[in-house]
Amino acid sequence: MWRVGTVVALHNETATARTITLEVRDWPGHVAGQHVDVRVTAPDGYSAVRSYSLASAPNPEGRVQITVERLPKGEVSPYLTQEVVVDDRLEVRGPIGGWFVWRTQQTEPIQLIAGGSGIVPLMAMIRSRASTGGTAPFRLLYSVREPGAIFYRDELQALSDHKHSVSLTYAYTRSAPKDWPRPPSRIDAALIANATWPSNLVPTSYVCGPTSFVESAAGLLSACGNSPDKIRTERFGPTGDRQ
Amino acid sequence: MIADIYNYLDGNAAAGELSKIFVMDVTAAEGQCAHCGATKRFAEAHLYMQCPGVVARCAVCQNILLRLVNAGERVWLDLRGMTYLMLETPQLSDSLSPK
Repeated sequence: MWRVGTVVALHNETATARTITLEVRDWPGHVAGQHVDVRVTAPDGYSAVRSYSLASAPNPEGRVQITVERLPKGEVSPYLTQEVVVDDRLEVRGPIGGWFVWRTQQTEPIQLIAGGSGIVPLMAMIRSRASTGGTAPFRLLYSVREPGAIFYRDELQALSDHKHSVSLTYAYTRSAPKDWPRPPSRIDAALIANATWPSNLVPTSYVCGPTSFVESAAGLLSACGNSPDKIRTERFGPTGDRQ
Repeated sequence: MIADIYNYLDGNAAAGELSKIFVMDVTAAEGQCAHCGATKRFAEAHLYMQCPGVVARCAVCQNILLRLVNAGERVWLDLRGMTYLMLETPQLSDSLSPK
């Protein structure tokens, strides 16, 4: 069932990514980690559907946020990141998916691993925990190309400074800030061992990013002794605008 | 067997398509592969969407679990790759479960 969402706010996260806040009438509510399908229709009737993870925590106002990364050859993402303005309407279907979700009742340690825009559904989990005053132990390992590609930077900083904070580790793949201890490189076994929960705490892990990133991160977690049953993954592929 | 091993998504990504057909969320359901017997959540299947429809394969043996094709005003759904799907129905369990 498609619902109409009205754009109420726009915020640029990076040079290529934008957060769109939508007010959706009769929004049934969602759980952190779920996504929505967004349908955009051109004046000639051609329409395209893309899936986007929800970035916002569940809230009673019926507002939902998605963060869209512009893909150079994308069909939908250039429109969503460059052309949409406040008061525009988008069709939304969802919330969708009941597996890659974190519920506030979960109390076990949570390991979040994001590759690039894979941070979006994990941010919904962090925000959901914060907005309900949750104290479940959270760790986030966030792999990005360079400092300028970080989404939600100030908010993550504030949440990681807070009491009962989320412990935050950045890993840079192309260029790191000056004096950063780890040279730019992909995530590896040493980083996973240092920056994630020991497997004897039996954490639940959520890994989201491009398929090759997720493959590698999930494999490293499993090699560190984490049961594959406790590793939930959400991949987005090299084609299409999915994120 | 498959040339590009990174061209798939997770079964999660089929949730929107499947929501057109099923009232409940199928991606969180547990399914059994009819070929190797592996029992996993549908969300853990490997999903291929670069085709006229959607194909989900078993993450263990790559057997095809589901095919879904949109053709005009029809949707074709092939589920023979799974012996069962187990859906959790907490809101129904009181009224429907055997006393």
